[in-house]
Amino acid sequence: MQTRLNLDPAIVREARALAATAGQPIVEMAKTHTTVSVERAVLRLAGLKGADADGMPWVNHLVDAVREATGLEHGVALPAWDALLTGGYDSLAGLAQAAALRTVSFRIPSGTDAVSARQAAQAALQAGIARIDASRAQRQALISQTADPPKPWIYLIVATGDIYEDIPQAQAAAREGADIIAVIRSTGQSLLDYVPEGATREGFAGTYATQENFRLMRAALDETSRELGRYVRLTNYASGLCMPEIASLAGLERLDMMLNDCMYGIIFRDINPRRTFIDQRFSRQIHARAGIIINTGEDNYLTTADAVDAAHTVVVSQLMNEFFGTEAGLADSQLGLGHAFEINPAVPDSFLLELAHAQLVRELFPDAPLKYMPPTKHMTGNVFAGYLLDAFFNLCGVMTDQSILLVGMMTEGIHTPFLSDRDLALENVRYVRDAAGRLGESFVPAPGGFIEQRAQQVLGESIGLLRRINSEGLLTAIAEGTFGITKRPADGGRGLDGVISRADGYFNPASEILEAGNEAAAPSAPALTRMGAN
Amino acid sequence: MTADRPAEIVRPYGDTTGDGRIQVSFTLPVPFSTPTERARAEGAAMQLATKMGLEPAMVVHAKGMGPDYTFFVVYGRVSHLVDLSHVTVTEREFPLLSSAEVNLRIRSNLGRKLVVVGACIGTDAHTVGIDAILNVKGHSGEKGLEYYREIRVVNLGSQVAVPDLVAKAAAESADAVLVSQVVTQRDAHISNARDMSAAFEAGAGQFAGDRRPLLVVGGPRFDPSMAADLGVDKIFGKGTTPGEVASYLAYALAPGGDGGGAADPAGDSAARVHGAAA
Repeated sequence: MQTRLNLDPAIVREARALAATAGQPIVEMAKTHTTVSVERAVLRLAGLKGADADGMPWVNHLVDAVREATGLEHGVALPAWDALLTGGYDSLAGLAQAAALRTVSFRIPSGTDAVSARQAAQAALQAGIARIDASRAQRQALISQTADPPKPWIYLIVATGDIYEDIPQAQAAAREGADIIAVIRSTGQSLLDYVPEGATREGFAGTYATQENFRLMRAALDETSRELGRYVRLTNYASGLCMPEIASLAGLERLDMMLNDCMYGIIFRDINPRRTFIDQRFSRQIHARAGIIINTGEDNYLTTADAVDAAHTVVVSQLMNEFFGTEAGLADSQLGLGHAFEINPAVPDSFLLELAHAQLVRELFPDAPLKYMPPTKHMTGNVFAGYLLDAFFNLCGVMTDQSILLVGMMTEGIHTPFLSDRDLALENVRYVRDAAGRLGESFVPAPGGFIEQRAQQVLGESIGLLRRINSEGLLTAIAEGTFGITKRPADGGRGLDGVISRADGYFNPASEILEAGNEAAAPSAPALTRMGAN
Repeated sequence: MTADRPAEIVRPYGDTTGDGRIQVSFTLPVPFSTPTERARAEGAAMQLATKMGLEPAMVVHAKGMGPDYTFFVVYGRVSHLVDLSHVTVTEREFPLLSSAEVNLRIRSNLGRKLVVVGACIGTDAHTVGIDAILNVKGHSGEKGLEYYREIRVVNLGSQVAVPDLVAKAAAESADAVLVSQVVTQRDAHISNARDMSAAFEAGAGQFAGDRRPLLVVGGPRFDPSMAADLGVDKIFGKGTTPGEVASYLAYALAPGGDGGGAADPAGDSAARVHGAAA
């Protein structure tokens, strides 16, 4: 990789090594613990769906009942499939309904009963993972039947709260040029410790992520992809208390990208750090298998902290997301690392600073489909000035070869975009892309100049922060408010009661399949040999 | 601000005093493909503009968006008069401050971090409201109270029993308690709020100076004028943003010398402006 910023390969190598040593203890913790959501995901992958009359999913009932009876230290699979085999239930759904009434006696089986339960669970999960594999193959087939759009992919959001309103809006956006449709979730869904069920028509500033909503939207976009002769990707959000389950549903229903950040839930939603990291590893293993591109949430740091002062925290978080993602089996082409154009336009040279940051990220992660987010913090309500700022964002995006451009709306922060806001925003992107799309090849910052110096400075500050994180440990750094200002102690926040230490003999048939598959597919050492090693 | 003042008339200003010229943009659900459709679409835009009082109006831009919609930009002259003597301005009792101003005011006037304990009480499991105010994530483009350096937030989450809330608030030396009620049966939000304020009055001895913390409730079904009736200090209704709550807390709990905020009121931000229609 040729560097236009004259980055020192030794420093880049050191940054990755520091991220790896900071992340390794977290990976060890994830490997020795499970969570209620991981266990529910196992059941979802085995095909258990539906909910009781109050909307509480059967997977929650079954996991809760098993936890009460035997604990989850051995995983849900062993006691559940043992009860299924020995209790005369016709299906997991029948078992879960009985378990909800607490009429099932669960146990940790031993001897041949354990062998039978294990085999039955393995068979069920083989079938479930095979459905994810089939979805992935179907995506490839559809892309070959239509076409894969050139990058940057244009990313547009719909968020009506009603899936049946979202669908025509998404189809219209695709016809107008969107390559990726993201359905924003209802506010606060990340804090629900269950996944809502069915097609939903009401939400708070967004639409609930449910399996049925996923299916409906993907089917509609398949229709539109065929109509347009171009594969339109679908995005939703995994982050939150149900990351493993939502990742599983996304894999089954062929979503293409998922928001999945290693620290977003901790920092911005006060979800327990341990819960987040354990859930995250499993969810990313699913994404890896499903061929889903993750989007990380570094752009959020810049909405709380100053985009110049905190530029290095973005790079550090990207390196951590890369380490955790690679460890979970994600390929570089699945690492949609995030960053944003959020520098105050009143700052002198703000556009040069944005170019320096964006080019730095591009060079640090040459094979990652980087996701670049438009200005939000300095969109003032002056829609005309906002339109100009969005154009500069688009220009920076094409000059620095960003892969996924979220389309900026001039009415950002005023209201959910009008049809016309979206149309004007796409016109803006099209103009910049057509007028300056090849400017990137000629964009070579002057050696020793402002842009090069700024990029090197940010990289240097990232090394400093990574060293600090290494000396105190990542959980302590998070507890002390290193990222996004807020302090999040390792034992605080929501969802800690859903974290369970694994016993010897813990059995998770989904993890077994995923880890075997990912070991076969992924490089063993994370990313140390990439740029900077030569 | 009475209606007795002499009329003070202004009109929109384009490039000449009194020309009344304005610009609007809008979308109509009409196609814009064939010449006939285009003529009809522009005619439709003209009709809307005329009904809105733009006369003469000029459609300067029309563009089809997909098969079914057309976007218009229209310039025109309005004959409406604005009578400034009929503009009423409702002062809120506290100024709206930026997060930096809130922090400065707390630092200068309180001299320590302001402690806020938040919860959903009773059977309400919907933390969306309290989280939107407290979580860093915030809402409507404003960061939540956790984002403020000088505010320490303890979010107890949902279904917190009132005695537990009082005990926790005392243990944390809370300056303010924020309670949200989103989904409640009948008028449970009213009785829950009354129970809560009564419990805090009864337990005031657990707090510094035997004074209960500031009590703030919020939710879409509350009437903001009922604070005294419910025994609380402030009620926030639907659409409240974290910045409003933070500004109120700074006003109520860190009063006195202007910590930089009120001395330099940020333009019109201290007031909510209503155009008097009649």
